[in-house]
Amino acid sequence: MGIDFQRHTFDVIVVGAGGAGLRAAIEASAQGAKTAIICKSLLGKAHTVMAEGGAAAALGNVRPEDNWRVHFRDTMRGGKMHGNWRMAQIHAQEAPDRIRELEQWGALFDRTKDGKISQRPFGGHTYTRLAHVGDRTGLEIIRVLQDKGVHSGISVFMEFTVFHLPLADGRVAGALAYDRERGRFHLFGARAVILATGGIGKAWQITSNSWEYTGDGHALAYRAGAELIDMEFVQFHPTGMVWPPSVRGILVTEGVRGEGGVLRNSEGKRFMYDYLPDMFRGEFAETDEEADRWVAGDQKNNRRPIELLTRDVVARAITSEIKAGRGSKHGGVYLSIAEKRGPEYIKKKLPSMYHQFKELAGVDITREAMEVGPTTHYVMGGVKVDPETQETNVPGLYAAGETAAGLHGANRLGGNSLSDLLVFGRRAGGAAAEAALAVKSGGEIPDGDVQSMIQQALAPFEREGGENPYAVQADLQRAMQENAGIVRDEAGLRAALADIEKLRARAAGVGAWGHREFNPGWHTCLDLQNLLIVSEATCRGALLRTESRGGHTRTDFPESDPKQARVEYVIRRRGEEMTVEARPQPDLPPDLDKIIKEGA
Amino acid sequence: MAKRTFRLFRGNRETGGDLKEYTVECDEGMVVLDAVHRVQAEHAPDLACRWNCKAGKCGSCSAEVNGKPRLMCMTRLSDYPPGMTLTITPMRAFKSLRDLVTDVSKNYENNRRLPHFQPRRPDFPDGEFRMFQYEVERPQEFRKCIECFLCQDVCHVLRTHEKHEEFIGPAFFVRAAVYEMHPADEGDRLAHVKEEGGIGYCNITKCCTEVCPEHIHITDNAIIPLKERVADRHYDPLRWLLRKLTGRG
Ligand SMILES: Cc1cc2nc3c(=O)[nH]c(=O)nc-3n(C[C@H](O)[C@H](O)[C@H](O)COP(=O)(O)OP(=O)(O)OC[C@H]3O[C@@H](n4cnc5c(N)ncnc54)[C@H](O)[C@@H]3O)c2cc1C
Ligand code: SF4
Ligand code: SF4
Ligand code: FES
Repeated sequence: MGIDFQRHTFDVIVVGAGGAGLRAAIEASAQGAKTAIICKSLLGKAHTVMAEGGAAAALGNVRPEDNWRVHFRDTMRGGKMHGNWRMAQIHAQEAPDRIRELEQWGALFDRTKDGKISQRPFGGHTYTRLAHVGDRTGLEIIRVLQDKGVHSGISVFMEFTVFHLPLADGRVAGALAYDRERGRFHLFGARAVILATGGIGKAWQITSNSWEYTGDGHALAYRAGAELIDMEFVQFHPTGMVWPPSVRGILVTEGVRGEGGVLRNSEGKRFMYDYLPDMFRGEFAETDEEADRWVAGDQKNNRRPIELLTRDVVARAITSEIKAGRGSKHGGVYLSIAEKRGPEYIKKKLPSMYHQFKELAGVDITREAMEVGPTTHYVMGGVKVDPETQETNVPGLYAAGETAAGLHGANRLGGNSLSDLLVFGRRAGGAAAEAALAVKSGGEIPDGDVQSMIQQALAPFEREGGENPYAVQADLQRAMQENAGIVRDEAGLRAALADIEKLRARAAGVGAWGHREFNPGWHTCLDLQNLLIVSEATCRGALLRTESRGGHTRTDFPESDPKQARVEYVIRRRGEEMTVEARPQPDLPPDLDKIIKEGA
Repeated sequence: MAKRTFRLFRGNRETGGDLKEYTVECDEGMVVLDAVHRVQAEHAPDLACRWNCKAGKCGSCSAEVNGKPRLMCMTRLSDYPPGMTLTITPMRAFKSLRDLVTDVSKNYENNRRLPHFQPRRPDFPDGEFRMFQYEVERPQEFRKCIECFLCQDVCHVLRTHEKHEEFIGPAFFVRAAVYEMHPADEGDRLAHVKEEGGIGYCNITKCCTEVCPEHIHITDNAIIPLKERVADRHYDPLRWLLRKLTGRG
């Protein structure tokens, strides 16, 4: 006799209720597909809610010169020319409509003087481009999508965790989940499944990511036979909190620098001037006076402040300053907005930063500088998808948002994630619905397959005296932080891989205490398996990429290697082995290449 | 650093549960949620609690600290005298599920039933509305709501009188206010707010406003204006129409 499970049947299942998942579900449902959305937390609590700065879209409301070509060029160059050009093109072209659509659904973006959607500057964007709501843009976006979603008849299964994607006849046939509340099992039959589970940041010690970011979507796709690419490209955001210890890693939005915030070392020096890469020479203010005039509003005749370089560059600069002994009291550097803006302005434009520092660190950012340092933030790598439809190489399986890869190349520009979610979430939802409605009937999922997966999931309860899963997770985070963090080399990466091997053995012996009802210890046992897969993938990709590019820095190969710019390292499962191979990507077509070379 | 003792509710209020004591090391700057995580990692891996952002942005970690509704991630241990034992219990107004986790599903149901945004026609050819900053600021205040449900927890209509079926609670008056005061909305939620929402049960004690971690002026800015509109509609339809047409009030 097997364990009981409940069956549900839908046309399209969306795993994840962040911006990408919600947008996908809204579209699938609008196309007539019976759609369900499944998420690990309560509805509206996904990472998207935490996004602060804004969503990038070439609306041209603040700078009429802006258009998709400039946005495309910024995205490709920000991604160090590694990104998928077709995705970058689609993204830049469609983002403005996706933002305006949110307004049609009730979003209340901050306004320009003439009553249109206002925009703010951000790192790596030539023009002032981010639609925003103070520093809580993600909250606005998720709430709008959530309300739109629940009012369009989508079924929501919240606090459900998907842990297996059953296949039938070579297609994805649904998703197997447990509900957190009762610990019961549910089999969702579907003809298309969209993965929108977000990122992998919980594999590191210092991170801006929550317990949810254990790479579930990446691992589910990998186990189902899908390809992962670019896993070596992890974004370490330059500005996370560093003090007190319990808040280490919590994000300080790039909006602080967008609003004029200045980075200084312990000697008071504005050190970013020393780190300007050749690629961006001539594009940034060369004196404090020029930067000040830009901050004061004259953006036509002045260039952007140096702090608005791309995140990879700023994060590396901060790391170097700290290493050279010019760090702040608690091992970061200083970020000051108070020296450029008045208290009222700061509280209005950066209210949640003001509260975050006041309440968690006892620092008043309208008077004092913040202490900041790099924190794990975003994974550019993920599931390889078709740029038009977001379908993976496994029929019926789609991925969107942070789980998918391609758009951001080697480094993501701030603000490009929120717009990515909307653009590609919608595309995934539309394509999945179309495919699901075209397939006559869902494949039969063999009962035996389901039963054996359920048994595996329950195994931690059988292991009396099993190891505490939190201890294994902590050791994995330590290994990744030390050897697969912001700077890497061959010896370190090999050491990390060896650690992962040992941790895998330990993870096989972790135990769960108590009952199946809302038991985070048990959930951690299962999440660990996913964390191990994404950690290994990151290390394997990083080992093969013998160059430094964007978010991936190798001290033994400090230069970029033009030959690897358009090569992606593809990770696949062969039996129980993880394999990596290099695959060249197509070159840019002449018209797009011209935009890059000659400017838009 | 110093050790501190915590009394955490374990189990289920309805079917059996009690306070259990745990003692953990506490470092500088720690918040209540850190302590709960430490208990989880060192003593009780199966301890159930909700959290996501750890920065007061998602509204997941609501509970009661010494009987007061709080976000655990924004409550610093240093706010309490050193050595004081802290008692952490699940939100009182909702059905207990396990440990610190409660059944908040009714809130999602309330939201689903609330009439949705109904846009007027866009003002610009590109699809945007012409809305000015001073107009959006009012509903923007309500949009700061992180759905922590602490206001629901503290409101006596729900907490003491358990009118969950008759009263949608302050959080959903806030939500109704977003759309009611949205410059581009043409919908009408007043009947809903009055009949299903039970706004009449609120006697303006302002306890909800006091606990709101987002400092939303729930009573003054959302509930009272809604009550006025409901009353106008009821007793003075002309004035209501005028307000609707001029968009004021
Ligand atoms: C603090 C912070 C600030 C940020 N600021 C910005 C910004 O200003 N601009 C910008 O563009 N980007 C920003 N980002 C990045 C951006 O917010 C995220 O990349 C983006 O929100 C990810 O969206 P998503 O839809 O892919 O996934 P998420 O929003 O993370 O949603 C993932 C969903 O998947 C669910 N899930 C995961 N695993 C499972 C499973 N096994 N079963 C069921 N459900 C599952 C989760 O419950 C969740 O609902 C920020 C990120 C952080 C952390
Ligand atoms: S003001 Fe009204 S809604 Fe708020 S707590 Fe008091 S009775 Fe409840
Ligand atoms: S109104 Fe305030 S207290 Fe109530 S749910 Fe929203 S954020 Fe929480
Ligand atoms: S964990 Fe998000 S509000 Fe506390």
